[in-house]
Amino acid sequence: MAKYLLLKHYRGAPAPVNDVCMDQWTPEEISAHVQYMQDFADRLEKTGEFVDGQALAPEGTWVRYDGEGRPPVTDGPFAETKDLIAGWMVIDVDSYERAVELAGELSAAPGAGGKPIHEWLEVRPFLGASATITE
Amino acid sequence: MTPEVDENLLRSLTPSVLGILVRRGADFAAAEDAVQDALVEAVRVWPSGPSPGSSGREDPIRDPKGWLVTVAWRRFLDATRADAARRRREDLVDEEPAPGPAPAVDDTLQLYFLCAHPSLTPSSAVALTLRAVGGLTTRQIAQAYLVPETTMAQRISRAKRTVSGVRFDQPGDVATVLRVLYLVFNEGYSGDIDLAAEAIRLTRQLAAAIDHPEVAGLLALMLLHHARRAARTAPDGSLVPLADQDRGRWDTGSIAEGVGILRAALARDRLGEFQAQAAIGALHADAPIPEETDWVQIVEWYDELARLTDSPVVRLNRAVAVGEADGPRAGLAALASLDDSLPRYAAVAAYLHERDGDLTTAARLYAEAALKATNLAERDHLTRQAARLNTRGRS
Repeated sequence: MAKYLLLKHYRGAPAPVNDVCMDQWTPEEISAHVQYMQDFADRLEKTGEFVDGQALAPEGTWVRYDGEGRPPVTDGPFAETKDLIAGWMVIDVDSYERAVELAGELSAAPGAGGKPIHEWLEVRPFLGASATITE
Repeated sequence: MTPEVDENLLRSLTPSVLGILVRRGADFAAAEDAVQDALVEAVRVWPSGPSPGSSGREDPIRDPKGWLVTVAWRRFLDATRADAARRRREDLVDEEPAPGPAPAVDDTLQLYFLCAHPSLTPSSAVALTLRAVGGLTTRQIAQAYLVPETTMAQRISRAKRTVSGVRFDQPGDVATVLRVLYLVFNEGYSGDIDLAAEAIRLTRQLAAAIDHPEVAGLLALMLLHHARRAARTAPDGSLVPLADQDRGRWDTGSIAEGVGILRAALARDRLGEFQAQAAIGALHADAPIPEETDWVQIVEWYDELARLTDSPVVRLNRAVAVGEADGPRAGLAALASLDDSLPRYAAVAAYLHERDGDLTTAARLYAEAALKATNLAERDHLTRQAARLNTRGRS
């Protein structure tokens, strides 16, 4: 049992096979894509493997501390940022192999022409919190 | 009289109440739901005590098990009737509990076997065991494993479907049950439920239901390990390695119990991996200061363990023990024959190199090990080790 983060990138991942920007798809293709993602999450809920899933707006702000009593400094967004996260799904599965299998399914979401996008997803294991037998 | 519900008592009755329902002819999934309902009902109504004039049989204070059986059976009949009504097959439901065949094996034991059935994935077996044997609610299990309640509910109902065709009167495999309990123990604790303590409770209950040296071995291992829990973590949450632990904070009662159980198990002369692991734990517990640890005997137990399991992880731990018994060079030599992609290989190598005086190599390996750690406390610990060596002489 381990949790994995399936990360979807707007930018930063290698180019997918079906590399057509979403704004070039037909509205029906977009609907089919959204439906696929929803069905995927529903299916994982039924198998007892779903933890969380969220999409992120592409535009973010950089924020940092600027010293005692001063408001935080904000900057950006930086258009040139190489890596940009689009969203994530957290799964709780029995093995790394299962995590990879599910990421593979998610990557088959349909895109332009109703064909699978084959987009690259990043699979990252969570660091567990407990350490019972590790001393 | 304090009208408090004793939750431990309630939960300890779960498997036998469920067993009775199943033996009366209820199917496992429906019976399990009914018992959960009865447990919830008990928590709701028991604080007010028995109602005046209630019969002895249903008096929750005098006969909690009888009360649970009665309520659970009613719930089961109601649910079955509702189902049957939907299917217009009311006539098939028998109102009176059938006497049922005499149990061939203890009901509690059968439940352990069922919930750890080999057709279940490890996470399903764990969830089902905690609910059907442990009497925990789905919400509690979900919180303990940090997943949404809906996800855990689905996991449990799928698990129930998976084992729905399994016969309740077939003996199962103790080894699969022990693996499930070991997994629960290793999860530690998050949320309200202390899974390590729960694993000990369930293993203790199993040990009472079956006479098996490896069940005793696992119980001893858990007790010996749990005894060190308070000393294992610093107030800031960081990991304290065995050698640095304040041994005065070890739970001597738990150690004594574990050692006693282990001794009785070993006397049976049917060694298994849990007994061997517990023996190593007992040798650590036996040393009042780290320097008095009997590493030679620990190496011998690791040899036994390697013979029993042929696990590379065991050989990795053995290399640490060899390093203590015969010096770091011998430990490094033992390490040399192992695959360096093993989990914690770099951490072990770092430790042995440090003991050997090669601090530069040790610091590099600690940093490498930190990157490969699979949990937060361990990663932070290893990062601190690397930092300690990298900044020596600076502060």
